[in-house]
Amino acid sequence: MKNLQICVFSLVVFALPLAVSNNYYLMALNIAALNVMIVIGLNLLMGYAGQISLGHAAFFGLGAYLSAIITTTYGFPAWPTILGAMAITAGIAYTIGIPTLKLEGHYLVMATLGFNVIVYIIMIQLSAVTGGPSGFAGIPRLQVWGFAFDSDRKIYYLFWAVSISVLTLSLNLIQSRAGRAMAALSHNEIAARCTGIDTETYKVKIFVISAAMASLAGSLYAHYISFISPGSFSIFFSLQAVTMVLVGGMGSLWGSVFGAILLTLLPEILHGVKEYNVLVYGFILMAVLMFFPKGLVPAITSFGTAAIRKKT
Amino acid sequence: MTQPVLEAREITVRFEGLEALSRLSFAIGPQRIVSIIGPNGAGKTTLLNAITGVYPLHAGEILFQGKPITGLKPFQIASLGITRSFQQAQIFMNMTVLENVMVGMHSRTTSGFIKGMLRLTSERKEEGMIRKKSHDILSIYGLLSKAGDMAGHICILDQRRLEIARAMACRPEILLLDEPAAGLTIREMEEMGDLILGLKANGQTIVLVEHNMRLVMAISDTLIVLHHGIKIGEGLPEDIQKNRQVIEAYLGK
Repeated sequence: MKNLQICVFSLVVFALPLAVSNNYYLMALNIAALNVMIVIGLNLLMGYAGQISLGHAAFFGLGAYLSAIITTTYGFPAWPTILGAMAITAGIAYTIGIPTLKLEGHYLVMATLGFNVIVYIIMIQLSAVTGGPSGFAGIPRLQVWGFAFDSDRKIYYLFWAVSISVLTLSLNLIQSRAGRAMAALSHNEIAARCTGIDTETYKVKIFVISAAMASLAGSLYAHYISFISPGSFSIFFSLQAVTMVLVGGMGSLWGSVFGAILLTLLPEILHGVKEYNVLVYGFILMAVLMFFPKGLVPAITSFGTAAIRKKT
Repeated sequence: MTQPVLEAREITVRFEGLEALSRLSFAIGPQRIVSIIGPNGAGKTTLLNAITGVYPLHAGEILFQGKPITGLKPFQIASLGITRSFQQAQIFMNMTVLENVMVGMHSRTTSGFIKGMLRLTSERKEEGMIRKKSHDILSIYGLLSKAGDMAGHICILDQRRLEIARAMACRPEILLLDEPAAGLTIREMEEMGDLILGLKANGQTIVLVEHNMRLVMAISDTLIVLHHGIKIGEGLPEDIQKNRQVIEAYLGK
């Protein structure tokens, strides 16, 4: 069932560029692929560890800036750097997570919020290294054995392949022993502990994995756009990522895929209504959260199963 | 006497000055059903929470198979082989009945994040073993037909059964039951009694906290009576029934 869903989704995704000739839309879909990675990671944390991070833009930004600086300034090859950036980001997430996740309650929100602000200020102030407010330009494009990912179309296939891999690994995870332990601790922490689950360590691990996924997306973003500036990594993007999780549905990974794509493309689709687009965007968000508080995908699935039951 | 499975030595638990348990000592031998009884507020549930590491001890020591477990975290204590049920069944409502039991095998299995994500062969093997054993356990507890149901949708007796099945999934040395008969009808209570006796027949050591005297007297080997956190009696069910202090604690002077 799960494999079939992934297969169908992959087919649709990889056939889509044949129908889309406009490069502008391809670019929007490429950004959507990156957002899918971030939102899936964030949903593992929100939907399975019951914790909220308001710092995922910072992890996204760390991936982007680390990749930019290490490859452009120091001339390291891109792919090992991406992995290195993920490891460094994971290490930073670990040091934030250890003290905050051992405490009961939502200390992680505050810690990650503060962390995002700090990272943002460093990006602006440390201009000798980061380029400051005017940004960091000239980041090399990705290539594999001489094959350059130099068009939106080529990038599309790369990004979505990575994105679907992240989705597959995450779907595997939630159906494994570790995934069940996560689901248990998010529902009832005391019972989970008394069943032998080390809830503190599990929460830290999910947070670290989640941050590493955001870092991966950040690195890919930097090599794709080849220019990055602090504005993309402010707290507002963190909030947007949380919104994507909520709209798609907490605890539903397919919901995250849907939520990330929908909210990335929505502003583009709403260009038609010109100056009202922010208003309409806000209105759609409100409507979704009011009428489908569990998120769109869980609402649609439960509606679907109810309809099937009625028939039989 | 053989080495006790569980031993408490002068344990004290305090909440903001109030002594919930004071200098309590007891020893529990293997393959016994020991019931903790006492009026409301006597410290029975506190005792279970102290044994499982949910509440810290202020003084004293708890030994499990002769080794101290004081200060260990609940998950470590559970992994050693002390699992429990709760006063209100604490099953994982967001999972199926089968998955609840699968979670119960957590401490006896090892696959972590990386193996789970990559679905390595060793992980698949272990997953298959977990699934098979969990099915076996469900059939023992009469829950096999409900394996795929959401755990929140089954009746209260089944929820309690499931909670015990989950606690038993890791083959614990000691099972702690916190009022397993609360909220059950007389008929259901008898079923629960049979279930507990069945566990004992298989050699399971059980600590039972229970209000229902009929159930307690029918299935316990030994009783420990608590009153205001102090042990006021210990012995065979028939002796406890005649104990003056115990009768006073329950009925007043």
